[in-house]
Amino acid sequence: MRLLLVVGLDGLAYASWLFLVSAGLTFTYGVLRVLNLAHGNLYALGAYLGATFVMRYAATGSTPALTYALLLLAAVIIGITVGPLIERLFLRRVYSRDEEVQLLLTFSISLILEDVVKLTWGVSPIFAELPYTFLGRVRLGGINYAWYPFLLTAVALAVGGLLWLVVTRTRLGKVLTSVITDREVSLTLGINVPRVYTLAFAAGAVLAALGGALTAPMFSLVPGVGAEVLVTSFAVVAIGGLGSIGGAALGALLVGLARSAAVYFFPELDLFAIYLIMAAVLAFRPQGFFGEVEVRRI
Amino acid sequence: MDKRLRAIAVLLVSALLLLVGVPLLLSGWLLFLLTVASAKALAVLGIVLLLRGKLLTFGHALYYATGAYAAGMAVRYLGVHEALVLLALALVAGVAMGALLGLLVARYRAVYFALLNLAFSMVLYGMLLKLYNVTGGTDGIGIGEPTLAGFRLGGNALRIAMYELSVILTAVLVYFTHRFFVSPLGYTLRAIRDNEVRVEYMGVSVWRAVYVSYIIAGALGAVSGCLIALSVGHITPDLAFWSQSGEFVFVAILGGTGSVLAPVIGSVLFEAVRNYAFELSPYTWQMTLGIVLLLIIFFLPGGVWSLTAYLPRRSSR
Amino acid sequence: MSALLETVGLTRFFGSVRAAEDLNMRVTEGETVGIIGSNGSGKTTFLNLATGYLKPERGRILLDGRDTTALPPRAITRLGVARSFQIPQLYLGMTVLEATLLSLAARAGRIGAWAPLQRDDRIGEARQTLAQFALDTHAPRLIGELPEGSRKLLDIALAVALKPRLLLMDEPTAGVSTEDKFEVMDTLAAVLRDSGITTLFVEHDMDVVQRYSQRVLVFDQGLVIADGEPAKVLGDADVRRAVLGHV
Repeated sequence: MRLLLVVGLDGLAYASWLFLVSAGLTFTYGVLRVLNLAHGNLYALGAYLGATFVMRYAATGSTPALTYALLLLAAVIIGITVGPLIERLFLRRVYSRDEEVQLLLTFSISLILEDVVKLTWGVSPIFAELPYTFLGRVRLGGINYAWYPFLLTAVALAVGGLLWLVVTRTRLGKVLTSVITDREVSLTLGINVPRVYTLAFAAGAVLAALGGALTAPMFSLVPGVGAEVLVTSFAVVAIGGLGSIGGAALGALLVGLARSAAVYFFPELDLFAIYLIMAAVLAFRPQGFFGEVEVRRI
Repeated sequence: MDKRLRAIAVLLVSALLLLVGVPLLLSGWLLFLLTVASAKALAVLGIVLLLRGKLLTFGHALYYATGAYAAGMAVRYLGVHEALVLLALALVAGVAMGALLGLLVARYRAVYFALLNLAFSMVLYGMLLKLYNVTGGTDGIGIGEPTLAGFRLGGNALRIAMYELSVILTAVLVYFTHRFFVSPLGYTLRAIRDNEVRVEYMGVSVWRAVYVSYIIAGALGAVSGCLIALSVGHITPDLAFWSQSGEFVFVAILGGTGSVLAPVIGSVLFEAVRNYAFELSPYTWQMTLGIVLLLIIFFLPGGVWSLTAYLPRRSSR
Repeated sequence: MSALLETVGLTRFFGSVRAAEDLNMRVTEGETVGIIGSNGSGKTTFLNLATGYLKPERGRILLDGRDTTALPPRAITRLGVARSFQIPQLYLGMTVLEATLLSLAARAGRIGAWAPLQRDDRIGEARQTLAQFALDTHAPRLIGELPEGSRKLLDIALAVALKPRLLLMDEPTAGVSTEDKFEVMDTLAAVLRDSGITTLFVEHDMDVVQRYSQRVLVFDQGLVIADGEPAKVLGDADVRRAVLGHV
């Protein structure tokens, strides 16, 4: 019984992390039909900047409560500067070209950003653990848990809820849905599609950076963290269906619980749990849970 | 007739130059560079082959590592030291891996195809790293000095022999790939790129064409990895890492996809530049690759090979 | 004489749009049948269903007595059915000759990876096929550079190259100017007559249907509302109202 609690809570924590780092990737794909291979790098930038803010701030000895706002700030800064930069300077020029070219483009950006991180922050590990340790621990069902992962869950729920609200209830959401459904028609309706694209890409970047910033207090940061995040996010998004936020949530939950169970029952499999699930889901449903199947009209 | 004689003459001269002239004239280190470039060109060739069908993979290092570690395992656990046997084993391993993963992957295109391959390659990386007892983990596996067709060579002779092996094998496989490109299956791959629906309406299975092409590309990658293992003498899990896959993709785009020779040109160019540039500044190497890739995407989409269009050519028709 | 193609109770909806409902029809070997109907009457959907590109909700499709309802386009093609498309489906990056050679190789079932596609014996046959459609001069050209009318003809030629028993054509004269329409159809008709292929073609243009088909099927909102000799069927007021919107 206690084991179930542990697996459940661990799974939830991991699922929250998975959702936070994957939401941006699937959202960007949903609107722009581009899989941003620089997603992991945006995550890393958010993590590194967030860590830097926290460490500088911690050195001043002020109240740790503000570090969370700093993490959020770091994510927003990265998202609204690097995001639009990538989209407007580079991505925009290849919308009319093959998907492969778009992949190569975001791949080049990824290569560049990889070294930008190294040049800016060096290669030594960075660990800004204050936000994590500040929340302390709690005793649940006889086990000592850190509070921080629950914060992640709360943020994940908030992000999911916010996205859902924006898409279904706001005017911006209607515009987004229109662009997602049919770009050409949206243009004729007078929607400024290029601006929507930039906005959506920036939002995806903020989400990616947010995932990084919030994770920074949990592990020590090294360059190369981005690549693993990209692959993991893709697996979650593929399971859930490219472009579907709900799918990403479902995929995150599924993988989170499965991996957590694996850690306790089949430790050798824990690294591969996510890929095994991905392969299994794709074998039976190639488009993922909520992905679309496009049938060409002839 | 005259044209054929000329072609044969060109072939003979090139062979003489490459197989006799180069080893005699170039230093051991340059020879090694060409050996590596030639070997890696095969993996790049695999990527170019798939790009004929507009299938871009970001995980080809999977096959590269498969071939290398097939050889490594044979050396470590079966005591095999014969290069030709190791190459055969690597080929079999590559085909087997491609046949297995292709079952899932051949259904996909574009984004899914690219990243599924990446995901699987990172799984292999993780396995090579983690299964320390079997694979040696980060320590890797030493290959030692292989025998070649039974002959035990050492030192400089071995270096030259590896060069010759690499060049000859690459030439043979480049030729085979050329035949693939002008065969009905090769054209089917191009047709799939343009219009899959029509291919199905010709009565041809798109999935099967992609599946077979994928296996061939995987085989090329595996042979490439084994050659590297033999030439370098030591293998590590990094062979499966995503940056290796990325490097192959970069070279494929750098060289261009317009010819079977383009990967070789691209690979030699890349190895040459890398040797000098990486020492200059290791922290900007990937950035440099990224910038060059951007330049190619925007200004020279056909890669270096497309520059051959500017060569003066005599009218042949 | 048994039917080469027969549909029984074919039904397919797209949401609330009725593309086909309880559609029964048959084509016997050697016939040239035209299908006419206004936009949205289900003509193209019918071809998609018959060739396995879409699956019906109810009903069966029989090819020479054999149930092919569940088969994909690939299998149906191998059973001797070829199809051309309303919007030409071509390999824009290949030359006309290469595409034709590929069709011939596909027909022969020889999609290998070693022997070259461009073999002398096949090239001859390919050129002959193209010559029938007056496309021979275009042989070395990239398909992407062909004019619209030639693309349409090539689309049909590639289907004919498969030497099918049954040829389904979707609006063979769509996009062709009125002056060229009959010339295109004359070329086509000659080719088909010589090869004895059973033909079923979908058309918009009543004149074309009248002139080139032995029998006409009239579709209206997924139902067959008339079936018979062109002159009689097309003279009928109800048919004209359904197809043209007026009498």
